[in-house]
Amino acid sequence: MTRFVRSWLGVAATTATLAFGGGQAFAQKELVFGLQCDRTGPTANVGTVLCPGYQDYIALVNSKGGVEGFKIKVLEIDNEYKVPPAMEAHERFKKEGAVLEGLYGTPQTAALNKKLEEDKILGTSPGFGTSPAADGKRYPYTFPIAASYWSQAGAAVAFAKEKLGDLKGKKIAYLFYDNPAGKEPLPILEDLAKTEGFELRTFAVPAPGLEMGAQILDITGRYKPDFIITHLFGRAPSVSIKELKGKGFPLSKVVAFVWGSSEADIIAAGGMGTAEGYSTIQFAGVGKEFPVIKDIEAMYKAQGKTPPKEMDSTVLYNRGVLIAALHVEAARNAIKAKGGAAPTSEEVKKGMEQVKGFTLGGLVPPMEITTADHEGGGWVQVWTVKGGKLVKVKDWFQGNRPVILKHLAADASKS
Amino acid sequence: MFHRESGIFKTTYGADMALYPLPIAKWTVIALAVIFVVIIPLAVHEYYLSILNLIFIAIVGALGLNILVGYTGQISIGDGAFMSVGAYTAANLAVKLGLPFWITLPAGGLMAALIGVIVGMPSLRIKGLYLAIATLAGQLIIEWTINHVPAISGGAQASIEVDRPSLFGVSFNTQGRLYFFLLFFAVLAIVATLNLVRSRIGRAFVAVRDQDIAAEIIGINIYRYKLLAFAISSFYAGVCGVLYTYYFGIANYEQFQLVVSIDYLAMIIIGGLGSVLGSIFGAIFVTLLPIVIRILMENVGSLFFAQAEMANVISGLRLGVFGGLIIFFLIVEPEGLNRLWRNIRSYFRVWPFSY
Repeated sequence: MTRFVRSWLGVAATTATLAFGGGQAFAQKELVFGLQCDRTGPTANVGTVLCPGYQDYIALVNSKGGVEGFKIKVLEIDNEYKVPPAMEAHERFKKEGAVLEGLYGTPQTAALNKKLEEDKILGTSPGFGTSPAADGKRYPYTFPIAASYWSQAGAAVAFAKEKLGDLKGKKIAYLFYDNPAGKEPLPILEDLAKTEGFELRTFAVPAPGLEMGAQILDITGRYKPDFIITHLFGRAPSVSIKELKGKGFPLSKVVAFVWGSSEADIIAAGGMGTAEGYSTIQFAGVGKEFPVIKDIEAMYKAQGKTPPKEMDSTVLYNRGVLIAALHVEAARNAIKAKGGAAPTSEEVKKGMEQVKGFTLGGLVPPMEITTADHEGGGWVQVWTVKGGKLVKVKDWFQGNRPVILKHLAADASKS
Repeated sequence: MFHRESGIFKTTYGADMALYPLPIAKWTVIALAVIFVVIIPLAVHEYYLSILNLIFIAIVGALGLNILVGYTGQISIGDGAFMSVGAYTAANLAVKLGLPFWITLPAGGLMAALIGVIVGMPSLRIKGLYLAIATLAGQLIIEWTINHVPAISGGAQASIEVDRPSLFGVSFNTQGRLYFFLLFFAVLAIVATLNLVRSRIGRAFVAVRDQDIAAEIIGINIYRYKLLAFAISSFYAGVCGVLYTYYFGIANYEQFQLVVSIDYLAMIIIGGLGSVLGSIFGAIFVTLLPIVIRILMENVGSLFFAQAEMANVISGLRLGVFGGLIIFFLIVEPEGLNRLWRNIRSYFRVWPFSY
């Protein structure tokens, strides 16, 4: 029966740590950033690379004396891609005095939109959340800060047009993951199909997207499209590459959205060598040829460590760096505007809305975030597998921007 | 809950079934009410209130599932889908017709109950693992329907934003106000369940669980009670979904997927099948434990790991410790935390003369 006593002691110890350990006072001249991540849930393949990118950039800024004299403390919470823990994480960030937070996951972003506005803390959702969130008037504290699915759809069609010359009378297949995020680009694609005169047929892949033999057979055997746009998540992109390759469809006529575009996706499909010609849309620069990446490597070397292996997965790692860099820029703008004093979360939000002409040596697009446009213009690049590595084939561009703006306006007037 | 009597002196059925077996039990409840209604909202930081809010919602859902699985013995892994039925019903009513929460909330529950009865129909012919698969099918069908019918889901994003609930012009728009909103429904659910399980219906549920042929022989219409169990359980799940909707300000397709059903099953199995207190313990355990482990790790972990490695270590260890603790508790007491609590009570009841 003493085990009861022992287990009670354990409970007491836990409670004590919770009560006394939770609230640490932070020193002056420090800013707290909140970061939600998924390192153990269904999208851990993204989170375990993206979040170290974020942490490394902040460490780099801190090693150079911080931002305008402020050290940055990152509070990272793993929400496992579940919604209730995301709310808990947000409240924790608020308690610790975070001036901004990085969101992670589409349902989590949706669930926190309202709370962010009520608490006046900005949250960034690059590649997550819904496309209408780009409208800063409707969602004042949600910042996609990267091309939404609508912008990616516009860019994908623009890229197809460049490849095929003219789209009139051409057939385009859209292969997508059958969930809300997968269906989101449909209005843009349908609209463009009308104005550009191409025929669009959609092929849904049910979750978890590991079995798409039937859809691929349907596409390659019966529909025989001139171009394929894919929008898949998790392991599904690798499967699509493998299946298309197996059916002999030329990968040079395929373009993937941002979550089907990491090195790991291509390598899992059989290696870079086999995916020759596969094109992907990117919202952050790819590769290691950026001054900031060299700086991070130098920082590790100066500490006597080897740079972490996550850095080799440059697509996702660089996205983490992009998010962190924009967070730091927002804080910098806010501190400067306040003459060097610690900014509030509302001032940091204003700082984010002044981000312009900040490119970090090409890793960040030439975006301009304004009060109305929290997407920053929807800039993307297209990278293609050539000779065993990803090569940039199209520099920063905004594909079919007028169509996206039209839909944003229409969506805003609907609600 | 915290009381003990010195012997068994009950002479009537009424005394045996009383909610308050001793006067002190009433005082305990009053003290708990004072703590939760007055002291906690005044003394506790908003962050901890937000955790309590999540626990309150989980309690409603866990109680509902426990009525079905724990009391009636009908396995269901479609609880998440019933939540989504409630959530989307309430969200549509609130947005399209502008109805207040005190109409949308029962409406969401009733719609979920209706769907629950339909999904529960196979339980009339099959049980056990077969029923589990049938309810799994229900979960997937409902998920698919919400994903593909814009009239329900409100468009391609399958999410409907709702305004905060308000009563007499006061909007429940902070964690502190939502605390009272959710506390009210959690208490209502607890009281309703306590009364349900000691009524004729509750006893019929238990009879069906223990041996449905025997139950039929003693005059219980098992078809009726099985479907009733599905209806009541789904009603709770629907209300739980509505509470999530109001708490987050949005009904979202991805909030109620299969993993949610599994989480709730885990709650009642850890807490204790067929007990109200067990559902509460389970809801608290599953919601709170990952948070407690993380906060412990943040404080202790920095002694062992570099800051850069911490994030990965915390995430991994948290999952490991969480799983380990579940196994540990179930080995120590297979009947869940509720039984463990009762063991502790009966230990102290005879203390120090334990043998």
